[in-house]
Amino acid sequence: MHAVLSKKRIAPDTYDIWLSHPDIYRYAKPGQFLIIRIDEFGERIPLTIASAEKDRVRVIVKAVGKSTYKLCAMHEGESVADIVGPLGNPSEIEKLGTVCVVGGGVGIAPLFPVARALKSAGNEVIGILGAANKDHLIMVDEFKPFLDRLYLSTDDGSAGVKGTVTNPLKEVIADYTPATIWAIGPMVMMKFVSLLAYQNDIPCWVSLNPIMVDGTGMCGACRVEVGGEMKFACVHGPEFDGRLVNWDELIKRQYQYREEERLALEKYVRELGEKDG
Amino acid sequence: MLLRNTYVNWVRRMVEKFKVRMRELDPSERVNNFEEVALGYTKEEAIAEANRCLQCKHKPCVAGCPVGIDIPGFIKALREGDIEKSTRILKDANNLPAICGRVCPQEKQCEMACVVGKIPGSEPVAIGRLERFVADQNISLETTVKPSVNKRVAVIGAGPAGLTAAADLAKEGFSVTVFEAFHTAGGVLVYGIPEFRLPKEIVAKEVEFVKSLGVEFRFNQIVGRTIPFEEIKSEYDAVFIGIGAGAPRFMGIPGSNLNNIFSSSEYLTRTNLMKAYLFPMYDTPVKIKDRVAVIGAGNVTMDAARTAKRLGAKEVHVVYRRSEEEMPARIEEYHHAVEEGIVFHWLTLPVEYIGDINNNVTGMKCVKMTLGEPDDSGRRRPIQVEGSEFIMEVDMVIEAIGQTPNAILKAGFSTVRLNKWGNIDADEASGRVDEGIFAGGDIVTGSATVIEAMGAGKRSARAIKSYLLRKR
Repeated sequence: MHAVLSKKRIAPDTYDIWLSHPDIYRYAKPGQFLIIRIDEFGERIPLTIASAEKDRVRVIVKAVGKSTYKLCAMHEGESVADIVGPLGNPSEIEKLGTVCVVGGGVGIAPLFPVARALKSAGNEVIGILGAANKDHLIMVDEFKPFLDRLYLSTDDGSAGVKGTVTNPLKEVIADYTPATIWAIGPMVMMKFVSLLAYQNDIPCWVSLNPIMVDGTGMCGACRVEVGGEMKFACVHGPEFDGRLVNWDELIKRQYQYREEERLALEKYVRELGEKDG
Repeated sequence: MLLRNTYVNWVRRMVEKFKVRMRELDPSERVNNFEEVALGYTKEEAIAEANRCLQCKHKPCVAGCPVGIDIPGFIKALREGDIEKSTRILKDANNLPAICGRVCPQEKQCEMACVVGKIPGSEPVAIGRLERFVADQNISLETTVKPSVNKRVAVIGAGPAGLTAAADLAKEGFSVTVFEAFHTAGGVLVYGIPEFRLPKEIVAKEVEFVKSLGVEFRFNQIVGRTIPFEEIKSEYDAVFIGIGAGAPRFMGIPGSNLNNIFSSSEYLTRTNLMKAYLFPMYDTPVKIKDRVAVIGAGNVTMDAARTAKRLGAKEVHVVYRRSEEEMPARIEEYHHAVEEGIVFHWLTLPVEYIGDINNNVTGMKCVKMTLGEPDDSGRRRPIQVEGSEFIMEVDMVIEAIGQTPNAILKAGFSTVRLNKWGNIDADEASGRVDEGIFAGGDIVTGSATVIEAMGAGKRSARAIKSYLLRKR
């Protein structure tokens, strides 16, 4: 059992949660993820590690389905049944010169350890953080010490430039020609960042978070076509060169359980209502 | 009473030639639930069946058992009504008899060697069913664990191989820790084999027995990923690796990434381990579709096909490139599948998946096959019949064509020697890989059976014991 040590709301439906774990901090590296099973009835939810310290690990969770709602509704002192991690391959952090990190929405959280590691490896790090609006733009102050330049964008223009992250990215590519780009966010964002990277011939790491079951390479649910080959995001990734990912297929795979997810969430909300009423 | 006497007399009359039949749930009823299909013997039935045993002095059946159970011994105790003694004889050699009695391919092992079965027109003694009967009586034994030897053994993987090795080593007085990737013990017994063939309650009971021997379990630990293998190696006096055949194999034909195409591992893990058959009470979903194709013809194929039927598929089609004769599944499982209305397409190979605009699979392009000369496996090689392409309309596909070693093996166990198939290169008799390192089960042999993995766990436990006592 792993206790919820602290929980803080940092944006609408988005929570910053620290959980107790005896040894993830000993092995966790930027880019890796963990799997949480809340209770006996729970599914296995993959979440990227935002940071890890002695005896605890931090995740940023946005409530979108039943399981993430349940996790976000937990109180300090309550416990989740299982945590497995760190899983997946770490990011390839090295000194490259000028690099650009692009985070979108709740994807800003898993980008944080990558940006921090790139900075301590001696890179000049340019950050672009984007979200739907000002309220959803998370962790900006936390990023600042590790960024040499920071661009913000929001869909409605309530913070930074109006529009998507690709607008400032075009500027950054023109002005600084980064050696490599890291992009973590919604699939559609990663797709268009990858496209820009491809057009400008810049390597572009993206972190994929497709549907997973075991997260250990056993089931193939998370398979994705990369460079014409079948890869499993959980053991061959989660980071891949976005220029080689078959995005359209991956995005459609992501919606496979939409109907089931809706059913589960509706039932959960109904039960909550009954409990309250 | 009258009915019962008639029944017993019927059993007596049949005793010489045929096994006492085991009662089963009616196919039309069972396709709507996940309850165990085979219902087991009553005491009368078990004793009647036990009476068919000839108690051969040379015990050919024992030689046919990968873990070497004293089969005539446990049967004799059973027919004398001494269930406790019978249980003790079983558990001396086999830590998980309730499981083996259900899932072992006895027809290829002990029962194949049975002398009664050699009599023309006769069936062998139903050793598996008797084993199940005795194990299901749940006699708790005073387990004798030898005094502590002060040596620590790490067992990686709580599947059939690991559980067997752990139990045998604990009985010898070693301190054993099992590292398991999932949240519960059993490996393929919990994620792979469905409830209707092996109730998870039975697995839990057998695991409790292993725990009662003092074995410690550490769950959610993936050695080579969440804990470095080198750390385990330095902290323990010996290591047994029994991590199973970890990665699903896909045919890799065009369209493999269409939606609603699954590996049997994913489909069964969702359903069994994560209990998706009870969705939405349990959170993990599993797809339910009308026309399901399952590719392959092994036991896992039968498990996936029968699961799809129970989950509500209108039609389930098993598609296999060879013929019925080459089918690797147990005949009993095949019969159960046929009874449940599964349709079989022999000599048929899918060559391409067809999908719609939403990336959902809508059909498979298949070709008909014919059998040529025998290949390396000794089975006749399937050859495509030219111009035989046709489309099979399906809205879900499960590929059940075997497994390959897990990618974590190469990355996380970099110092362990692998063979040309990417499996661990271990000595067959002892499972020895390296100084203090042993391995067994599917990760050494590739996909095999539960009992073969248990046999390997047993041999390695013996080898680890002599290694550690020598080292002392």
